[in-house]
Amino acid sequence: MKSNTQLLAQVTEFIGYEADLLDHKGYQDWLSLWTEKGLYIVPTDLDETDYLNTVNLALDDADMRRMRVARLENGESVSANSVGYTVRMMSRIRVLEAGDDVVIARCAMTLNELRHGKLVTYPANVEYTLKPVDGGFKLDRKVVKLLHADGFLRTVSFIF
Amino acid sequence: MSDLIDMKDVDAVCIGQRAADMVDDENGRVKKALYSDTEIFEEEQDLVFNKNWIFVGHESEVPEKGSFKTAWIGRHPVIMSRDRKMNIHVLQNRCRHRGATVCEGRKGKTNAFTCPYHGWGYGLDGSLRALPKPEEYDNVFDKSEMPLESLRWESYQGMVFATFNNDIEPLEEFLGGAKKWIDLFMKQGGGYPVKVLGEHRFNFPGNWKIQLENTTDAYHFPIVHKSFVTSLDDATADIFDFLDGEGFVEDLGNGHSVMVMIPQLVDLEADLDQPIPERFNELAQALRDEGKDEDEVKKLVRAAHGTGFNLNLFPNVSCSMAFFRVLRPVSVNETEIQHVALGGEGAPSAFNQKRMRLHEHFQGPMGFGTPDDGEAWERVQKGSMAGEDGWILVNRGMTKLRTSEDGNPQGAVCSETGMRGAYRKYKQVMSTAANAEEK
Repeated sequence: MKSNTQLLAQVTEFIGYEADLLDHKGYQDWLSLWTEKGLYIVPTDLDETDYLNTVNLALDDADMRRMRVARLENGESVSANSVGYTVRMMSRIRVLEAGDDVVIARCAMTLNELRHGKLVTYPANVEYTLKPVDGGFKLDRKVVKLLHADGFLRTVSFIF
Repeated sequence: MSDLIDMKDVDAVCIGQRAADMVDDENGRVKKALYSDTEIFEEEQDLVFNKNWIFVGHESEVPEKGSFKTAWIGRHPVIMSRDRKMNIHVLQNRCRHRGATVCEGRKGKTNAFTCPYHGWGYGLDGSLRALPKPEEYDNVFDKSEMPLESLRWESYQGMVFATFNNDIEPLEEFLGGAKKWIDLFMKQGGGYPVKVLGEHRFNFPGNWKIQLENTTDAYHFPIVHKSFVTSLDDATADIFDFLDGEGFVEDLGNGHSVMVMIPQLVDLEADLDQPIPERFNELAQALRDEGKDEDEVKKLVRAAHGTGFNLNLFPNVSCSMAFFRVLRPVSVNETEIQHVALGGEGAPSAFNQKRMRLHEHFQGPMGFGTPDDGEAWERVQKGSMAGEDGWILVNRGMTKLRTSEDGNPQGAVCSETGMRGAYRKYKQVMSTAANAEEK
């Protein structure tokens, strides 16, 4: 397979930028990364692909994303106020599909959260569906497949 | 040896009584040590979780021949299965040979439960069907003597409860005054049988009784869930502004209680001529597009809300507005919780999708409600460690009780009437008198 170094570099840059926004709580900028019909999905069942007909941990359209961000930012949520910082590492980035209209990529993520002085770690595979726009991408779908998606999770007051 | 066993029983009775004495029924308060005393926690496993009816699942979770789900009764892993004749079984998940679990995973379909260690194979009814090299058991035992141990179970409205206590009263007697509310709860299938659609699982570092109390705690809602209410449209936010409304909490006996927050949503099959609220316009149109007539559209839209009440069933399950909340004690300061989403079997997909999206909005580890509950409960566990001794107050509204139409004690919606009912039952099951009677 011929490698497309330039595309991989663009995708890697986008994924790194998005991760940086989320770790540094740049939520408004994060909202602007999305297409209007984009979906942010955190499934409970890793074998499932029909997310609309499944109970997910999160399935956010544009309205839900806006409300999720508002909840994290408006100071009314006691759990959101207790979140310290998150640090996420994105690696093993691979472009799965490189079309003119859509680019699909997958990577590994390890997210570390400091919560009440304790470290909590979330390993996950993350899938991105990206729409090329002038000079960059819009995020059309992001699926965060937590390794322990079907286990008993601690509650989450940040964005994966 | 027999002396030792007797001493153990005496200790157990003493610990149980110690816990019972920590419930000050008369003044509506309980000792904070009930959240953190490890000896009491151990005793609760026996006196609360082994001796009562424990919810293990809904019949729709094992829909076909060969379907199974795994569950717990206290700390016992169990399997709920459906055999070839469509009979349900609740089995201990323990190979009779050397004790390994024979079934893993949340749910699935199988022909048999096979032990991974030495290959003993059990049928869906728990019977031991085959094992490798059986001749070495000649004159040792017969296969028929070694099924997976099965538990007594009974169901009401599809809710399956099992117990280790073969002498316990029938389930319907145990549920008593709660049955009427379970019947009302099951109307939210919108004319279709209620079906489990999926679930959320999360844990919190706190005692199980903190969650038990929460289900009929309306007082916390506008405080803890302010960010959820803010995220709603004005009309829906008004519905959730129920502390000054006509709601109530009723003690149904046997530790069960109901908190009615939204009286107009108690009976989902009443008031079907009401106009469709604006936020459900999209759902209504999708149902019309599927060819549903206006009467059914109205019925489904009303059912999509879920009910306007939380029904708390002692000790491990609640029928909470639109979902089942199932708790499991892991240790004295760790509790696992499932939020089970419900919909209608065979109902239009637009209806079930709406139910799932509403569930995701509030429930689960990433919902807009659950994380704030979890934060509050974690803080209760942590804060309750301050001081050598102290009380947890559940006396709110205790002097303003009235008698309900069913003859039960009833208080204001933000009273702690339900918690007092649960602790009264807890006191009874933990007390020496109740356990001496049984022995």
